[in-house]
Amino acid sequence: MLAITIIILGVSFILYTVLGGADYGAGIIETFAGRRAEKTISKAIAPVWEANHVWLILAIVILFTGFPKIYATISTALHIPLMVVLIGIVLRGTSFTFRHYDVSHDFTHKYYTVLFRVSSFVTPFFLGITLGAMIFGNITTDPDSGGFYEHFILPWLNWFCITMGVFSTSLFGYIAAVFMIGEAGYEIEQQKYVRYAKRLLLLSIGIGILVFLVAEGQGHHLVKLFFKSSLSIVCLSVVVLLIPLIYYLFNHPNILYLRAAVAVQIAAIMAGWFAIQFPVMINEKNGAHLTFYNTQAPPETFYQLLIALFVGLVLIIPAFYFLFKVFKKTKD
Amino acid sequence: MDDLIAARMQMAVSLGFHIVFACIGMTMPILMAFSEWKWLRTKKQEYLDVAKAWSKGVAIFFAVGAVSGTVLSFELGLLFPGFMEHAGPIIGMPFSWEGTAFFIEAIALGIFLYGWNKLNRWVHWMSGVVVGISGVLSGIFVVSANAWMNSPAGFTWQNGRPINIDPVAAMFNSAWLSQAIHMSLAAFVSTAFAVAGVHAYLLVKDRNNLFHRTAVKMALSFGAIAALLQPISGDFSAKDIAQRQPAKLAALESLYKTSKPADLVIGGIPNDTEERVDYALHIPGFLSFLAHGNFEAEVTGLDKFPKDERPPVLITHIAFQVMVGIGMLLALTSLLFLVFSKWRRRTLSRKWWLSFIALLTPMGFIAVEAGWVVTEVGRQPWIIYGVMKTKDAVSRMPGLQYSFYTISAVYLLLTLIIIWMMRRQIATVKTNYPSASLNQ
Ligand code: HDD
Ligand code: HEM
Ligand code: HEM
Repeated sequence: MLAITIIILGVSFILYTVLGGADYGAGIIETFAGRRAEKTISKAIAPVWEANHVWLILAIVILFTGFPKIYATISTALHIPLMVVLIGIVLRGTSFTFRHYDVSHDFTHKYYTVLFRVSSFVTPFFLGITLGAMIFGNITTDPDSGGFYEHFILPWLNWFCITMGVFSTSLFGYIAAVFMIGEAGYEIEQQKYVRYAKRLLLLSIGIGILVFLVAEGQGHHLVKLFFKSSLSIVCLSVVVLLIPLIYYLFNHPNILYLRAAVAVQIAAIMAGWFAIQFPVMINEKNGAHLTFYNTQAPPETFYQLLIALFVGLVLIIPAFYFLFKVFKKTKD
Repeated sequence: MDDLIAARMQMAVSLGFHIVFACIGMTMPILMAFSEWKWLRTKKQEYLDVAKAWSKGVAIFFAVGAVSGTVLSFELGLLFPGFMEHAGPIIGMPFSWEGTAFFIEAIALGIFLYGWNKLNRWVHWMSGVVVGISGVLSGIFVVSANAWMNSPAGFTWQNGRPINIDPVAAMFNSAWLSQAIHMSLAAFVSTAFAVAGVHAYLLVKDRNNLFHRTAVKMALSFGAIAALLQPISGDFSAKDIAQRQPAKLAALESLYKTSKPADLVIGGIPNDTEERVDYALHIPGFLSFLAHGNFEAEVTGLDKFPKDERPPVLITHIAFQVMVGIGMLLALTSLLFLVFSKWRRRTLSRKWWLSFIALLTPMGFIAVEAGWVVTEVGRQPWIIYGVMKTKDAVSRMPGLQYSFYTISAVYLLLTLIIIWMMRRQIATVKTNYPSASLNQ
């Protein structure tokens, strides 16, 4: 039961990164692509952004139900970055909806747009910071050691976490650019997104390497951990091997294959990341670890949780399929 | 500001904000589906127009409901990690069911909003019905998690941690049913009266407008039924807390001394130092009757509880009076509405009646907020009644007041924008919907 729950948790993180990433990234891309792109982007994400969001909620619910100690520790030590993420989520979602539904195109449009774009950058950045802080090993749970700074600032304010933040922002931008290639209305527009996607892919690779270098520089030996995990190595190979294929697909766009290839690539990045440290979720400063094993809830809880998730999946998958079919029709 | 107070205030502001959108999210789909059904049956344009106009607003409210709900699922941990660390495995189950229900709701809403001309009409209608059902279900699931805080069940508390966890027993705790019924009704009442109020206000200015007349009639018919059931369900809730949370009952009735029989205290200002209520109206024996169904029964007062285990009396008492007062007002209005609909239809388009309905616009929501204050403040100083104190659950993080200020400012800003946007939306109704410029 524990294994299934962990897999579902992992899958919902991956889906959030892929689907939510396309959605956040759309705001990032829009900043560069300008007014023209705004319409296409709005149309592409309006019907789906709320549903995409649910993967984050699902992950959080699994976390506080199944691994309450992890949830409690993250939300105490990483209070500040999480608060920024939340405000980002609120402002992004509302400004986007307001812009989409407000009746007239006047001065308000500009404000909604600024808010939407800024929060599209800030939120992924701080999500990355949070993820980085969980494994970096600067979290202190002993209330008697250290003050405010050690407990609530240092765990996340360091070069490693910041690099992680930049990495996730760039990755989200990449996902969105790829997503938009398929949504663009005409050739020239499509070419523009292909250019973005290529650049952001290169940028993400560069920052990805930087993440490992910075980690070494800060005394967190990710590389060593990486080579210990065979799953991580497989995942990295998949990520790398997909690059030429994706490049080919950029130049000869086949929307379905392209999206599938990139989704697999992102999934591999996430899975590899997950595998590097498995089963650890949080490294503490004093060397202790919070793992899936030492924080798990009693079996009865997992049993009930899985029933709810299973029924959910049985109902949701056909519903999702139907939703996409309805939209396919819309486009034709 | 003390960190505990800041955390509690932030929780209250976030929940108080979210509940408005939650109520709308639970009720509007039902109203829209009802209107669409009328259109499918009668083919009258005004029903289609009303359903479409409503669905525009719902898309906006739904988005705000979703993001403010996301904030909540993090805030429980950000503010009260000590609570979630122990409660998570026990009440996680209703939250995961809520997630499921919400997911279906979001998908069905997408189909409803974007599928107007693309689907078979009845399939489209059905998607609206699914939105409504899953909305109400998600409300019921979260409320059951809250009911567990009032009436903990499904675990044994040993050495400061829960063992023998039984999530099913926790979900179906003894407060679950009364709270779920009362909350669902409250969502219907508050939203239906607010919708009726806004359309009635527009009708006052344009008396024979068919579009607004149709909207008022539908919303009021729906709200009236719920509003008449609400006091009955409230009485059920009161009897329930007399059993499970006597300190809460004593606080909301300002009953300082255990009495047999006990008077019902209406209005007044509780005076904690003197332990009496000033300027109140007393109805002898009536509290005994309301709490235990017997005019002679003994009702436990605050004197049975140590001073540090009593909820704040003033706030709970006033909030309770406000809720019940509004409940009675809305129930009477509903009664009048039914009487007029049957015997004096002309009254329903009189200016005084429409103005009165317009004045009631915010009342249901005020009652909802007051009701939650009764429930939540009335549980203090406990976060899990009788098991864990709120002060032992709050985050170690200092300076919580800054997150409180930030969240409050963001929500205040959103509230202002939404009100302003709704006004703009309403201004376009005339040009967008044929029946809105029809006078009959
Ligand atoms: C439209 C809103 C509304 C109206 C008109 C009323 N209520 Fe209410 N009440 C609520 C909205 C509400 C609520 C916000 O929905 C609460 C908070 C928690 C809950 O489950 O429902 C609530 C809670 C609540 C509680 C506390 C339950 C608990 O802590 O478990 C009691 C005793 C009552 N109500 C009683 C009444 C009575 C006697 C009413 C007479 C008319 C009444 N309510 C009208
Ligand atoms: C009694 C109180 C509550 C009721 C009746 C309620 C009901 C609802 C409803 C009907 C929705 C759908 C949104 C819409 O239709 O606009 C919703 C959304 C949501 N609620 Fe609440 N809610 C309550 C309290 C809470 C609490 C305490 C939490 C968190 C712990 C929460 C978490 C959420 C989340 C996460 C969403 C959005 C789901 C998503 O985006 O995936 N709610 N709620
Ligand atoms: C949406 C409707 C709700 C409203 C308006 C509401 C209102 C409030 C208020 C006013 C407080 C502050 C009480 C005080 O500290 O004096 C509070 C506290 C709290 N509420 Fe609720 N509540 C709602 C639903 C819920 C639900 C569904 C849950 C959980 C499942 C919940 C969990 C909490 C927690 C954990 C606290 C903080 C601890 C405490 O003060 O006891 N609430 N809420």
